[in-house]
Amino acid sequence: MTGGVARILRAVRGDAASDRVVPPTGFTVRLTLFTAAAMAFLAVFALALSLAAGRLADRWGDELARGATLRISAPADQMDRQVGAALRVLETTPGVTDVRALSEAEQRELLAPWFGPDLPLDRLPIPQLIAFSETAEGYDPDGLRLRLQAEVPGAVLDDHRRWRRPLVAAATGLRILGWSALALIFGALAAMVTLAANAALAANAQVIAVLRLVGATDDYIAGAFVRRFTLRALCGAAAGAAIGLAAVALMPDTGDAAGVLTGIGFRGWHWLWPLAVPALAALTALLATRAAARRVLGSLA
Amino acid sequence: MNRARGSGTTGPVAEWLASDPTTPPAPMDAAPVISFDNVAYSYGGGALLTDITLDLAPGSFHFLTGPSGAGKTTFLKLCYAALTPTAGDLRLFEQPVTGLDRDGVAHLRRRIGVVHQDCQFLDHLSVAENVALPLTVAGMDGAAARRDLDELLGWVGLGHRRDARPPELSGGERQRAALARAVIVSPDAILADEPTGNVDWDMSQRLLTLLLELNRMGRAVMIATHDLSLIRAAKSQVQARVLRIANRQVQVAGAEL
Repeated sequence: MTGGVARILRAVRGDAASDRVVPPTGFTVRLTLFTAAAMAFLAVFALALSLAAGRLADRWGDELARGATLRISAPADQMDRQVGAALRVLETTPGVTDVRALSEAEQRELLAPWFGPDLPLDRLPIPQLIAFSETAEGYDPDGLRLRLQAEVPGAVLDDHRRWRRPLVAAATGLRILGWSALALIFGALAAMVTLAANAALAANAQVIAVLRLVGATDDYIAGAFVRRFTLRALCGAAAGAAIGLAAVALMPDTGDAAGVLTGIGFRGWHWLWPLAVPALAALTALLATRAAARRVLGSLA
Repeated sequence: MNRARGSGTTGPVAEWLASDPTTPPAPMDAAPVISFDNVAYSYGGGALLTDITLDLAPGSFHFLTGPSGAGKTTFLKLCYAALTPTAGDLRLFEQPVTGLDRDGVAHLRRRIGVVHQDCQFLDHLSVAENVALPLTVAGMDGAAARRDLDELLGWVGLGHRRDARPPELSGGERQRAALARAVIVSPDAILADEPTGNVDWDMSQRLLTLLLELNRMGRAVMIATHDLSLIRAAKSQVQARVLRIANRQVQVAGAEL
């Protein structure tokens, strides 16, 4: 075990007698507890937002990444010939797999949200769609377009990239926003704990003078303050995280069809993530109080 | 002195409580506990103390006198590294004070018991907890130490006040508690600033006896005081040197004391 870790563990463990040398302070207790609780509540939501955005980005990426569509617009008497030519082109293109012309029922289903379920496809000049996937190696879209242009003049290749990129970028942005919010929340918690610790240390200048008179080291004095603030942050953050978890659990879940806002929540093992929030808050308080104590003890020397 | 003998205690205070009063003092040629070599201390551009050259040997007993404002408290603060000299070489237990960091000073303080004139305490702790504070800080607050604490509190007449809070104590009780706190770890040196200023004659003699006993065990003792009767009472029992601060210098006082 490294010296630093041992020192931190010793600082956290402490003992009852050394903790008692610092008098209980009223307002900093409430301030730290409330701040830690509020920040942990917000952290749980930021975490849920980040994870939801991450899931959405992954899903959009997976669903759209390997799919592509060929749309063939041709006079009715040429449609079958062009569809057949397009299928042949696709089946002989390296990197293309699962080539399949959509059936009339499937095309009707796609158009139903806009035109209703009773669309007379046989009487409308609806383009024929051919769906296909790309293999892991991928295909050359520019080369495929040139071949289609020569052999299937009515074909338009839509490789989904132009849809996927902005959606994935938006979801990734949301995920970064969520993690940034988390970082800011813990930064704000560190700032508040530092303020409270500074106030407590300044209010106990005489206590520090007496402790130094009897041979207390800076580690000993700082340890008493550090343990107190760490425990307060841990308790406050545990309460805040519990409330945040309950609030997230009570949010309506609209399943896979949901967007990022209605999909905020935790899935599977992601429910374990919020349990790290109180521990992180305690660690933040420990480091912030330790730094504040070092600074104040140096200035009081 | 009516000391408890064979009490079975093993802590540092038990050492003197159970010691033989004829214990010979430490040899005077041992390395000095505190050593001043041309030490000066200035503050705000003005010299407060200059040209101090002095050794406090183990087992030595010193009184420090001088008019108010002469620099007695400043001198004592130099002795326990609360102040750092602005010139010269000051060593505590052979370690130069100038190069010490705060933790180094803290560890030296565990070997020096200090009684302040204003007797600072932690007001939220009981008298017993305050007196035991050096043990708590040094991680020595075991069962033996608790027994020592009870005996020491009884010796300074605070056994019945062990659970009181410091603000409830009289001036004399505070001084006795401060002295008890200073000697609880049986330090190598004891520095006391007017330790008997607020106590009656009987109690001052009792506290002096405590300091004399510790001195006989080889502890260096220095008492800053204006009380000539205390000095005379001590000099009848121990070979004490009287120092006087005058004109910013520490001098050995004349035989009239």
